Amino acid sequence: MRSRFLAPLAYPLAGVVLIIAAWVLACWLANIPTVVLPTPDKVLRSLILRWELLLGESWITLKETLYGFLLALVIGLPLAVAVANSRALNLMFYPLLIALQSVPKVALAPMILVWLGTGLESKLAIVWLVAFFPIIVDTAAGLRATPKELLELATSLNASPLQVFLKVQLPAALPFVVTGAKVAITLAVIGAVIGEFVGSSEGLGFLLLSATSQLDTPLAFAALFALSALGIFAYALVGLGERMMSAWLPPVPARH
Amino acid sequence: MAFGVIKNVRKVFAVEELGGRALEPVVALDDASFEFGEGDLVALLGPSGCGKTTLLRIVAGLIAKSAGSVTIGGREVTRPMGDYGFVFQAPSLMPWRSVLDNVLFPMEILKRNDAVARRHALELLDLVGLSGFLSARPHQLSGGMQQRVALCRALIHRPKLLLMDEPFGALDELTRMEMNDLLLRIRHETKASVLFVTHSISEAVYLSDKVIVFSKRPARVAKEIAVTIPYPRSQKVRFTPVFTAAERIASEALGVITPGAEEAPVQARAAQ
Repeated sequence: MRSRFLAPLAYPLAGVVLIIAAWVLACWLANIPTVVLPTPDKVLRSLILRWELLLGESWITLKETLYGFLLALVIGLPLAVAVANSRALNLMFYPLLIALQSVPKVALAPMILVWLGTGLESKLAIVWLVAFFPIIVDTAAGLRATPKELLELATSLNASPLQVFLKVQLPAALPFVVTGAKVAITLAVIGAVIGEFVGSSEGLGFLLLSATSQLDTPLAFAALFALSALGIFAYALVGLGERMMSAWLPPVPARH
Repeated sequence: MAFGVIKNVRKVFAVEELGGRALEPVVALDDASFEFGEGDLVALLGPSGCGKTTLLRIVAGLIAKSAGSVTIGGREVTRPMGDYGFVFQAPSLMPWRSVLDNVLFPMEILKRNDAVARRHALELLDLVGLSGFLSARPHQLSGGMQQRVALCRALIHRPKLLLMDEPFGALDELTRMEMNDLLLRIRHETKASVLFVTHSISEAVYLSDKVIVFSKRPARVAKEIAVTIPYPRSQKVRFTPVFTAAERIASEALGVITPGAEEAPVQARAAQ
């Protein structure tokens, strides 16, 4: 019984310990200089000593991530509805969408910076650009996957288009929207860092760049850890949203 | 005058309607005609893909016919009437709604979701033996139970006509028999007319006042069989001469057997 409770905790913990041990050992045995690879204790020191700086920069990156993600939702959802319901719109914009998606967003970032400056706007634009694709694609797929029988049932009752959308299509597509949002939020973090890399004076991406340029590798590593924590936190927020909607979602994820 | 009149109905699916899957138009229904009285249970029997489902959808007003006329209760059907019930082969419940809310869905669409509707839903669910599952989700129910919920959903707005498209085709034999008896009971209570699509000969005969046998596609009415067994029926009637005679006529009309005497005497005996 004990091991059943301990196993889910003990194994990941053992994995982390093992990696850290290998890390420490590598630093000692190969005598790697701190500038190249700092030992874990130096990273930890940096994390503790510079926590205020890290937290401040994290807050900025988190804001960019979440605002951009929300923007992607707000713009992506109606667009998905339009694309899913109109064959003409679908034919007009779907290929464009795919083409846009195949352009590496990093390549667009410098231009967006030229257009929108180095402030929050350019970060939002980049985050939006990377996050809205999975949202629109998954939502459109979900809307189109509405069971034909449910649509026929609504039609047989003379349901209005709005009723069909609100009572049948939208709830049926919701699990797909959530899936898209989960992919989108992880991409949003990446988008925010890209934006900060290309041109910014704040945020974790900027901190990462400036720390490496000042050869403060422990701080760069600390920023990496903060970034990872931020990613997990943002994902957890979407997970929380999913849990809040769980009354709507089929508990069996057999639809994907 | 008859309650339902289906007259010379023809349906040709254009290539576009088939989504580009076919190269030429498909004649799904070729001149189907029959009538039925109010409160009748009529089985539409035919081989798979023979167009009987198409006919059901035409009667529901879900798809347009190419020619002919459909009159139900004195009204010509050209679009959904809103007062028919429809049961599909799959339960097609909404996974995000509870059993009770699934049943009430039509009342929401019709904007009549009040206390009366709720009481009626509870009565129906009680009738099908699901009063203990009001707040359960569809995935928590067995296939047969889900189909019973679908049946309640089709009846909640007290439709004059219940259209059923192979509703028990996906169920196992025993559950299907149970559902057949349930349908007969419900029909007795609600007095609704029923059009019931099936490809099971014995199900068609067991349930209905009248069996309409369709030929292979393009479907035509090959035979009309009046089943004179009085209601209420029980599974025992399956072993009466009247029942087997009706099954035999239907089988002949479908071309499953050729008319004539048995080729060899067959004996079955219960083991001791």
